[in-house]
Amino acid sequence: MSAASSVLYDIPGPKAKRRDVVYNIVFTAFFVALLGYLAYAFYQRGIFDDRWSVLWDPPKGQTAADVWHALVVRGLGATMLATVIAAPLAVILGGALSVLRRGLRNRLGSASATIVTEIFRGLPVLLMMVLARLGFGWSGLASVVFGLVVYNMAVVAEILRAGLAALPAGQREAGLSIGLSTMRTTILIEMPQAVRIMLPALVSQLVVLLKDSSLGYIIGYSELLRQIRLQRDYFGDRYMIPVFLVGAAIYITINVLVSRLAIWLEGRMRSSSHVAKADDGEPPMHEGGAEAARMTATHGRGAGDFPGT
Amino acid sequence: MVTFIEEFGLIWGAFLATLSLTAVSGVLALVWGTVLAAFRVSPIGPLRTFGTLYVEIVRNTPLTLMFFFWVFVAPSVGMVLPLGFWPAVVALSMYTSSFVCEALRSGVNSVGIGQAEAARSVGMTFTQTLMRVVLPQAWRSAIPPLISVLIALTKNTSVAAGFAFTELVAISFRLANRHPADVIEIVMGVGLMYLLITIPLGIAAQQVERRVAFAR
Repeated sequence: MSAASSVLYDIPGPKAKRRDVVYNIVFTAFFVALLGYLAYAFYQRGIFDDRWSVLWDPPKGQTAADVWHALVVRGLGATMLATVIAAPLAVILGGALSVLRRGLRNRLGSASATIVTEIFRGLPVLLMMVLARLGFGWSGLASVVFGLVVYNMAVVAEILRAGLAALPAGQREAGLSIGLSTMRTTILIEMPQAVRIMLPALVSQLVVLLKDSSLGYIIGYSELLRQIRLQRDYFGDRYMIPVFLVGAAIYITINVLVSRLAIWLEGRMRSSSHVAKADDGEPPMHEGGAEAARMTATHGRGAGDFPGT
Repeated sequence: MVTFIEEFGLIWGAFLATLSLTAVSGVLALVWGTVLAAFRVSPIGPLRTFGTLYVEIVRNTPLTLMFFFWVFVAPSVGMVLPLGFWPAVVALSMYTSSFVCEALRSGVNSVGIGQAEAARSVGMTFTQTLMRVVLPQAWRSAIPPLISVLIALTKNTSVAAGFAFTELVAISFRLANRHPADVIEIVMGVGLMYLLITIPLGIAAQQVERRVAFAR
C-alpha cells in the first residue's frame, strides 16, 4: 500500500510530519465519532438487547445446535457443494475452449470457440440459472451448477487466453519448429505455462464463483443465504440481525481467505525464476499485480496488462 | 419467436428498467469509487485504512447478500428505503464502487514510476503530481477495466429480480409462468437484450485498449 502511494509524494520532513499527525488525529476522531454515533443509534433502537441469544439459546423450543446446524451444515454445506462441483467443471471446459481457440488450424472451429466465450461472458449468471430451472426443469442444485459452469467456463477461457498471449513468441515457434502440430504445441508447450502464469487469476475467479452461488437464493436452492432467510421467517424479524451477521461473516471470511491465497501465489510467482515472462519495457510501479489479475478475473479483461503479444 | 414478439412490449419496458438501473447506479458507483480511490492513494492514514477496509469487505461480499441487507436487514435498524428501485441502486452502487476504485488504483499503479519521480523532482506537490501527471495517464489505462466494470454492472442488475424490482430477468420469470412451453425462447430473447448492451461495451473496451497499447 504505502510502497505504491509513497511514490506520489516525498518522504515527509518535519513540517509534513507534524501536519500528518494533525490529519491523523482529525480523521481518526471523525471515524470514531461516526462509529460511536451509529452504535448509539443502534442502542436506541434496542439492537443490543436479548435478541442475540438466538445464537446460543434460541426461543420457540429450538436449540442453538439447530440454528447452527441449519446455517453451517445445511446452508454453507449447500453453498460449498455447488462450488465444489462447478469449479472443476468450469476449469476443464474453459481450458478446452481456450485450447480450441488457440490450437485449431480450422478458422471456423476457433471462431466458434471465440463466439461461445463471448456470448456466455456477456449473459447474467442468473439468467442461465433461470434457463436451467424453468426451461429445462432441473433441480435447484443442478441449475445453480449449470449457471456457474457456463459463465465461469467462459471467464476461465478468457483468463487462459490472456495467459497464452503473455507467453514469449519463441515458445510457440520452438514447438512448431520441432514439428509439433499447432494443437500439440498449444497443449504440450503453451498451456502448462499459461496455467502457471494465470494461477492467481484462476484462484481469484474461485471467489467470484463462490459469491455467485448465492444467486441460488433467487431460484430456490437452499444455500446459506436461503437458510438465513428461513431462520428469519421462523424466529421473526427481531432476530434478523444476529443471524445475518453470522452469515455475512461466513461468506466474507471464506472469500478473504481465498483472495489471500491468490495474492500469496502471485508473490511466489513473482519471485520464481521458472515462470516464462514476456519482455516488456519499463516495469510499472506495482505493489501487486494481483489487483490487476483480479480485475481480469472478475471482468474478463485486463488493464492492458498483457503486452508483448 | 411468436411469444417473444407478442410480449415484446413488456420486454422492452423491462429493458428500459434494466438500462436506467445500470445508468443511475453506474454514475453513483463511478463517483463514490473515485473518492475511494483517492482515499486509497492519499497520504492520510485513516482515510487509507477506511478505503482499504471498505474495498476488502465489499469485494468479498456476494451481491445477493448486499441486496438482502438493504431489503431485509436495513429496515430493522431504521434505514427504510421504498421497495424496488432504490434498494437496488444503493446495493449495486455500493458493490460496484469497490471495483471502480480498484480499476482506478491499478490505473494509477500502471503509470511508470519515473513519471511521478520526474514530477516531484521539478517540485510539484502531491496534488499537482496526481492531477497533472499521474491521473491523465492513469485514466487511459483505467478506461478498459472501467468499461468491464460497467459490463459486469449491467449483468449484475439481474440480481434485482430477486428483490422486487421488475427488470429483464424478473419479466422472464413472469413470462415463463404465463407461457410455460416457451421458456427457452423467452430466456434466449431476454439474453439477446442483455447482449445488446454488453457486446457494444465490450467492443468499445477493445478499441480503447488497442489505442492505449499504441500510446504507450
